[in-house]
Amino acid sequence: MVDYVFERHLSGGILLPANKSSSTLLPIRRGFVPTKLVLALHQHRGNPAKPVVKVGDRVLKGETVATSAAAPSAAVHAGSSGWVRAIEERPVLGGNGVQPSLCIVIETDGRDERAPLEKAAAWPTAASAQREAIRAGGIVGLGGAVYPTADKLATPVSCKTLIVNGAECEPYISCDDMLMRENAAEIVAGALFLTDVLEAPRCIIAIERDKPQAMEAIEAAARSVDDSRLKLAEVPTIYPAGGEKQLVELLTGDEVPSGRYPGEFGYICQNVGTAFAVQRLRAAHEPLSSRIVTVTGGGVRTPQNVEAPIGTPIAELIALCGGYNDGVVRLIAGGSMMGYALPDDDTPLTKATNCIVAALAEEVRTDTHEWPCIRCADCAMVCPSRLLPQDLLVAATMSDHGALATLGLQDCIECGCCDVICPSHIMLTERFRIAKRAVAAREHIPVTPPGQD
Amino acid sequence: MRFDQPTAPHARPLVSVPIVMRRVLLALAPAALCHTWYFGPGLLVNFALTAVAALLTEAAVLRLRGRNTRYALRDGSALVTAALLSFALPPFVPFWIPLIGGAIAITLAKQLYGGLGKNLFNPAMVGYVFLIVSFPVEMTQWLPPRMGDLDYRPLSVAEHVGYVFTGGMPLGLDVDAVTRATPLDLVKEGLRTGRPFAEIRGNSLFGDFGGRGWEWVANFIALGGLYLLYAGTIRWHIPTTFLAGLLLPATVLYLIDPAGFASPGFHLFSGGTMLGAFFIATEPVSAAGTDRGRLIYGAGIGLLVYAIRTWGTYPDGVAFSVLLMNGAVPLINRYTRPRIYGQR
Repeated sequence: MVDYVFERHLSGGILLPANKSSSTLLPIRRGFVPTKLVLALHQHRGNPAKPVVKVGDRVLKGETVATSAAAPSAAVHAGSSGWVRAIEERPVLGGNGVQPSLCIVIETDGRDERAPLEKAAAWPTAASAQREAIRAGGIVGLGGAVYPTADKLATPVSCKTLIVNGAECEPYISCDDMLMRENAAEIVAGALFLTDVLEAPRCIIAIERDKPQAMEAIEAAARSVDDSRLKLAEVPTIYPAGGEKQLVELLTGDEVPSGRYPGEFGYICQNVGTAFAVQRLRAAHEPLSSRIVTVTGGGVRTPQNVEAPIGTPIAELIALCGGYNDGVVRLIAGGSMMGYALPDDDTPLTKATNCIVAALAEEVRTDTHEWPCIRCADCAMVCPSRLLPQDLLVAATMSDHGALATLGLQDCIECGCCDVICPSHIMLTERFRIAKRAVAAREHIPVTPPGQD
Repeated sequence: MRFDQPTAPHARPLVSVPIVMRRVLLALAPAALCHTWYFGPGLLVNFALTAVAALLTEAAVLRLRGRNTRYALRDGSALVTAALLSFALPPFVPFWIPLIGGAIAITLAKQLYGGLGKNLFNPAMVGYVFLIVSFPVEMTQWLPPRMGDLDYRPLSVAEHVGYVFTGGMPLGLDVDAVTRATPLDLVKEGLRTGRPFAEIRGNSLFGDFGGRGWEWVANFIALGGLYLLYAGTIRWHIPTTFLAGLLLPATVLYLIDPAGFASPGFHLFSGGTMLGAFFIATEPVSAAGTDRGRLIYGAGIGLLVYAIRTWGTYPDGVAFSVLLMNGAVPLINRYTRPRIYGQR
């Protein structure tokens, strides 16, 4: 018997072309060993990890190469066996774009030799010790926010509901879908384990309606464990239904107040990939040293999902998937709505990289022309935060900090829905990002009105 | 290999301003054909002349303002203004009426406010009101619909176009002989003089609900409106409350006194009701911008249309009602902001 939770209300959102079918034709490609690993020490929110290896050391697969700093933080592990060749600054995609970041560079030896299991201690039973084990296992939120899971589990209030997020609403990304299809039992076990750690009365696994195979697999796994705390939810295929606050609204009808986190109100959200990683750590003593990444887009020859060691150079991932097609113009880390356009393919895979889109010109926006705003308010219709982007735009161009605060600039989640629906092609989200930075710095907002040409 | 690095989102926009404008023009096409069938080539001639005037004045003012005309002239917005204005004009007017109307709509209502997206008032309706106030005689020269008046000698296309450009009429005819009052005029005048509504409707100009021909044009305009709703170009809020705001008082008063008030069906299928509900009031720039605000805005226009038709001096009131509610938009927007997610 598997219980379903029915959806409540979701504000705004938009139906987008999913572009997920090409990357879900092949099973997840596993066992890939790149020639080198570039492991950033700061690949999670919070404090960067501290290296515990030195240049010249040999490391094994699963070995800790950097330990957790003061919370929030998490350890970093080698994804394959090899030699530490350098500890130096390399360009890595982080929270503020591609910037030089201290990395441990490992030249792999191709043997993929695993650290002996005896090194792993027995799994603890106390909740705080379990959280420390999760921190030492390098586990962070794999939905893209990469907040250290140990710190997210240390909630200030008791958890009412653990939401395991398998919505995966953003176009192109299919790593969670494929993981649910292939590793449903581990995900369900990991979800229930997290429910135990949180002492939560219920756990909802939420999956978007466009993933029937994933839902079938999860439902079968849930039926076999037969735990009354476990519920499933089929959520509508609408972007951004998988956003943390949006999912809380969708599943519970509650809204998380402005500027606060769901955890402060008893809702903890964990990505299905995180649940899987936790289960691997607990059951097989395998730390988080690899993740599933979708390599897709019209610009890559064989789109597919790859289980790749963290630190794999993106160029090697692309080569593994058959290389580039002619006409690729953009390389996006993430999906087409919130992803970051990479300058080149030299940067490494991080724990945050759920998808790499090699896009052809016809797949992405290349024309920058904007017409003036015609005040159609379609942006307000799709805004999941129920903001009025057309009014925010006017306030931003007038550098009116007061109006921006009243209109809720800080509640913009930068999902990009307004840009895509705008018939005037106004780059609203980028203007709002600029406005947020200027407001934080109490500066004049350097934003021009659209349609001035 | 190096790649371009614009900021997110990377997905292509789903529609564009020219596509929206093209959809509006497409939605009006069936009604234009129907109008031409019943009333002759007047609408098409008026559209051609308003469009020329609108595009020329738009180009001229953009030059004066030192703006690039490349995108502004191609966005289709001036053509939509021209099309809406030409639907509002009588089909039988001298050529300078549509020319002045198109020029006034674009300069006075649109470009003087800053061009596309800046107008506080609906440009087509500003052009229409300017004309009806300035040239009341020419603006009431309606032709009867095909088969609407058996004594009537229909004009050929050549005679019609000849009058528009030269003012010349065929031998033995003058303008008064070919033009007729509209059903709205007849109802207003009839009710004012105390004739019962049912008797007024006995005139051969009346059809099943509104005027013969007019009601079919209204049907096709509504069909175009449904297409715009389906395409997502307009949303349901304004048309729904516009029609409700008009039909509610119409129904109540008609039920109380069926002789003294026009029927709700007549209101629905007469004059500018359908054009106003689906094409004029939904013009986004000058309409309210929030969902709740649009409900209020539409209802206000509908109620005002009924009030002007019933108690005002003009037979129809769509243009005045839209402009009055345009003026209320900043206030409506201010008090109908949606509650932001997570705020109380």
